[in-house]
Amino acid sequence: MAIERDPVTGRLTTGHEWNGIKELDTPVPRPVYFFLVVTTLFCIGYWLLMPAWPLGTTFTRGLLGADERAHVTAAVAEAARDRAGWTARFERADFAAIQADPRLMAIMRETGRTLFGDNCAMCHGRDGAGGPGFPSLRRGTPLWGAAPEEIAETLRVGINSTHPESRVAQMPAFGRDGILKRAEIEAVAAYLRGLADPRLAAAPDAVAGAELFAGNCAACHGADGRGSRETGAPDLADETWIYGDGAQAVFNTIWNGRQGQMPSWEARLALWERRLLALYVADLRAQEPGSAQGSAQGSTR
Amino acid sequence: MFGLHQRLERRTLALSLAIIVAASIGGLVEIAPLFTIHQTVEDAPDMRVYTPLELAGRNIYIREGCYACHSQMIRTLRDEVERYGPYSLAVESKYDHPMLWGSKRTGPDLARLGGKYSDAWHVAHLESPRAVVPESVMPAYRWLSRNPLRVSDLPAHLRAQKAVGVPYSDAMIAHAEQDAFGQSAPDSPQAAGVTARYGEATNLRAFDGRPDRLTEMDALVAYLQILGRLTDAAHRPVAAVAR
Amino acid sequence: MIAELTRGERQAALIILCVLAFTGLLMAGFGRESALDFHGALVLALSVAGLFAVIRGYYAPPPDPARLREYFDAPGRAGILLAMGWAVIGMFFGVWVAALLAWPDLNFDSEFTSFGRIRPIHTTGVIFGFGGNALIATSFYVMQRTSRARIRDQLGAWFVLLGYNLFCLLAVTGYALGVTQSKEYAEPEWYADLWLVVVWVVYFAIYLRTLAHRKEPHIYVANWYYLAFILVVAMLHIVNNLAFPISLGSDKSYSLFAGVQDALTEWWYGHNAVAFFLTSGFLGMMYYFLPVRAGRPIYSYRMSIISFWGITFMYMWVGSHHLHYTALPQWVQTLGMTFSIVLLVPSWGSAANALLTLNGAWHKVRDDATLRFMMVSAVFYGLTTFEGSFLAIRSVNSLSHYTDWTVGHVHAGALGWVAMISFGAIYASVPWLWKRERMYSTRLVEAHFWLALGGTVVYVVAMWNSGIIQGLMWRTYTESGTLAYSFVDSVAAMHPYYIARAFGGLLFLTGAVIGCVNIALTIRHAPAPAAAADAEPPAAGQLQPAE
Ligand code: HEC
Ligand code: HEC
Ligand code: HEC
Ligand code: HEM
Ligand code: HEM
Ligand SMILES: [Ca+2]
Ligand SMILES: [Ca+2]
Ligand SMILES: [Cu+2]
Repeated sequence: MAIERDPVTGRLTTGHEWNGIKELDTPVPRPVYFFLVVTTLFCIGYWLLMPAWPLGTTFTRGLLGADERAHVTAAVAEAARDRAGWTARFERADFAAIQADPRLMAIMRETGRTLFGDNCAMCHGRDGAGGPGFPSLRRGTPLWGAAPEEIAETLRVGINSTHPESRVAQMPAFGRDGILKRAEIEAVAAYLRGLADPRLAAAPDAVAGAELFAGNCAACHGADGRGSRETGAPDLADETWIYGDGAQAVFNTIWNGRQGQMPSWEARLALWERRLLALYVADLRAQEPGSAQGSAQGSTR
Repeated sequence: MFGLHQRLERRTLALSLAIIVAASIGGLVEIAPLFTIHQTVEDAPDMRVYTPLELAGRNIYIREGCYACHSQMIRTLRDEVERYGPYSLAVESKYDHPMLWGSKRTGPDLARLGGKYSDAWHVAHLESPRAVVPESVMPAYRWLSRNPLRVSDLPAHLRAQKAVGVPYSDAMIAHAEQDAFGQSAPDSPQAAGVTARYGEATNLRAFDGRPDRLTEMDALVAYLQILGRLTDAAHRPVAAVAR
Repeated sequence: MIAELTRGERQAALIILCVLAFTGLLMAGFGRESALDFHGALVLALSVAGLFAVIRGYYAPPPDPARLREYFDAPGRAGILLAMGWAVIGMFFGVWVAALLAWPDLNFDSEFTSFGRIRPIHTTGVIFGFGGNALIATSFYVMQRTSRARIRDQLGAWFVLLGYNLFCLLAVTGYALGVTQSKEYAEPEWYADLWLVVVWVVYFAIYLRTLAHRKEPHIYVANWYYLAFILVVAMLHIVNNLAFPISLGSDKSYSLFAGVQDALTEWWYGHNAVAFFLTSGFLGMMYYFLPVRAGRPIYSYRMSIISFWGITFMYMWVGSHHLHYTALPQWVQTLGMTFSIVLLVPSWGSAANALLTLNGAWHKVRDDATLRFMMVSAVFYGLTTFEGSFLAIRSVNSLSHYTDWTVGHVHAGALGWVAMISFGAIYASVPWLWKRERMYSTRLVEAHFWLALGGTVVYVVAMWNSGIIQGLMWRTYTESGTLAYSFVDSVAAMHPYYIARAFGGLLFLTGAVIGCVNIALTIRHAPAPAAAADAEPPAAGQLQPAE
């Protein structure tokens, strides 16, 4: 096979041919060498400055002494310093003072939304309205108090959490542990449904249930069923239910008992974050129309 | 240079050999030193191995392809540290055969998940993600609570892990089955052995809420609750962690 | 198929199938309580079916010695059909996976179809099923033509093709059953991995033997690339899949490496699966079909050399760009990033070599959708490698990693480069392989081209948008210096882009289905070439005489 000249480009071929394919002997275009040299020089420079080459049991550290771990630690610390002006207030000032400061409250709403979204919304919903098994933070009688101090403490220790000071709240398993019989549980459940909805109160079951309630439940939930902060027992007469108000759900609660868990955030969130979130939760409640607790703590909105 | 190549490209074997040589260098230079440079994996004397139940859960995590959506690797970037917690260390996955660092975050990083949520939440979420997080695109894993966990081959799993370098003791291997039961039934006689072998801090709970049944849900939740908690090394200040 | 085999080859086939059937039996017997029994049964059933086929054809008359004067194209033909089949299956799963992220309940509550299980069915289906079959089929075709030698080993060629497809089948059915090593692009478990090693050794042997019998003194560039593909994939596959099965009766194994070493080994493999499976092999394809279709000489032999060795040497260093800012020591990340940047030069070298080869043939690009497929694929190859080098820069990667931007990059490469060059090569070779004058309908090829291009653009643009939005949302700070969005905010923001992506994918899939129809019609109905005239240069399936 002969070397030919390609009429289109004017280049010579290499003289090889494979099933009709030929190759031109075009020299490598200049820019290819140019970029090869430029990129290689860049690499050499980068290698000199940064950790780059392994040497047996160690590696070259580079002239800049760069280390990504030290770098991010410094960046996080610096960011914390930049925020310190206002985070210190959240850490130390009392809640009333913070609530009186519209600038801090604006920061609280903005920052709280993300913090709540990344940590709390999974259980309590993005708007704090709760879901089956997870209480609404907006409505109903609070379990452990609605004042920011009390909420902050709940966040610190959690409820039935692994924290040594955890708040403890246990609803006994009346049915499973044989304290009450099935019919009795049905009766007390009917009574409860009557508490929340007066139209159901007159049912015969409900009347029998009232007596059982006084004997078994009032110790925790109070004689009027309005709950108690000492035991963490919920208000059974308000409009919200943690586990649902269906007959089956209420029956299950009494039969099997409940011990809802709220994690402790002491190890995961900084003090200012927890106190900021406490205000955020209080604020959620305040925004709820017709909220009893809300206005007392004062929403600035 | 091009002349030399003219000769190389006439020899099949020489060309093959040249390809092998050219392609071997990069891997050798980069991978081999990871075994010889001591600082690559930090020291963490408190590091423990997975319990048999957690290991079974990890295998379910692999089987279901959770790694396709979730990373377990917090990078050294400010936003990741602030969102998820301390950046991940190499030592934290030193017993992970294979590692599950992941390459895509359709869902959030899970490296520091352990203890963040309750068991009940995990069960509810895995049963029906959109019931608890309406915006979620995660699949529902309803079969996990239905399927009993297979435990008969757990000793073989531990033995294989030991063969690839995870320090399981003979007692751990011998008791693998009963430890799996014990960890998910804290009131059972088998429970004491679990803490004896794996440490007081081990989670002993009925993870799926039913102490009477050992399900795949138990195993997966036990695994999720230990993520990031095999060692405390990542929570110590940088300086303390030898680098 | 059997009729073409010699008596000796028929006997060898029987032996191989018996061994396989026996292995299947063992797997089914010992693999109780694991998916190994299902896979054993599958292997057994397939090899018994194979045995029946061979036995039925066993006494057929011996093949015509005249066949030795022609290239051995039967496995190549089957490979093309298998590639198209896998393309449709793999992309159907791709569209499904895409739809799941937009409408997550579309798995119909079945464990076999949940996202985490069918995503690897998609990736394996398209990369190994579609891509692998296209590579094997075209490599058989190209190595014979450019060596002017018939494949020595007829049975071996069939063994490689069918054995490889068995591997793919074990892989994807395994994922549905939950059998996976979780190593991206290397998910199949230990027994499938071992089987692939056997198939691959035979593949390499065939390639070497055929090249050794070539009648052209020089080995053509396409073969360098195919060789690199075969050799390096073998190396990567073996090292990354080193694992310890919990017992020979179980599908489950634990990888030999752990943690950071495992991570780098995995991405050394993963990146070079991209480099040597999705790039090197397809460059081999391009180096043959593009100049033949364009009727032009390769622009520069010297640039081929620079690009080839640059790619072969440098790609192997860059896997660590998948691990920026992780627990992998920073020095390795530095090497990964810097080599990725230099790598752009040989990558663009080969893209430019392809596009400059078209000088003097641009009118053909305008008129011929097949050549246009190849041209556009070279453009996307250039674009993807540029994007890749860009994403490998640490600060860029800090934004893009973990997001849909990576997925956008992947599919610019996968749809724009890998799939398009394959479709181009398939449309070029189908008429040659089946001895037809041309494709049944050039308008259908044209329609496929526009669907593919449109689908790719919609897909990639959607993912660029969603990826960058996602990355920015994760790191946006409020004025007070706290994170502005929660993670779930970013999940919600992706919804419209996920719908757009699914739509783009559907366009692309539609194109592939049209391609299948067109190929079927070509095989059935297209006219045979009038003379050898307009067919493949210089002559169809006939071996060229030696010099
Ligand atoms: C794992 C799920 C979970 C997460 C995450 C969670 N909570 Fe809770 N939270 C609960 C449960 C369950 C209760 C109720 C406990 C009970 O039933 O006794 C609760 C109770 C509370 C209470 C007490 C309500 C009252 O009426 O006194 C507050 C306040 C609260 N959570 C706020 C938060 C905040 C703020 C966050 C985020 C930092 C958060 N929670 C994260 C599950 C969770
Ligand atoms: C030892 C204290 C205690 C006693 C006695 C007790 N409870 Fe409770 N109860 C609780 C606590 C604490 C909770 C909250 C559990 C949780 O959220 O985890 C609760 C929750 C409930 C709930 C669920 C409320 C909701 O919002 O879903 C119902 C219903 C209930 N109790 C009814 C009863 C009845 C009926 C009795 C008597 C038969 C009773 N309780 C006796 C402590 C008690
Ligand atoms: C299709 C992608 C996808 C798959 C597959 C997937 N997830 Fe998720 N996951 C998500 C998304 C999106 C979220 C965020 C919304 C939510 O909480 O559901 C999430 C959230 C989570 C969370 C909460 C994390 C946090 O810190 O808030 C956990 C835990 C979780 N997934 C575990 C798993 C497990 C275990 C598997 C496998 C059995 C799995 N996921 C499979 C997408 C997925
Ligand atoms: C019909 C066309 C296609 C559609 C709709 C599609 C869709 C998808 C989807 C939805 C994902 C998962 C992304 C995620 O987890 O967020 C994915 C991943 C992937 N696809 Fe495709 N795909 C298509 C074609 C292809 C082709 C032809 C190839 C290769 C030749 C390919 C290779 C891949 C790879 C390698 C991944 C993994 C990406 C990663 O892990 O970063 N796809 N695809
Ligand atoms: C110069 C060439 C290339 C370079 C430097 C490069 C670089 C990169 C980088 C930096 C990533 C992102 C890693 C991460 O953040 O997780 C990536 C991912 C990827 N690239 Fe490329 N790329 C190149 C060419 C290609 C080509 C041609 C393809 C062909 C399809 C391709 C396919 C992929 C795939 C499949 C992934 C996803 C891996 C995963 O996370 O699962 N790349 N590449
Ligand atoms: Ca990936
Ligand atoms: Ca594998
Ligand atoms: Cu890469």
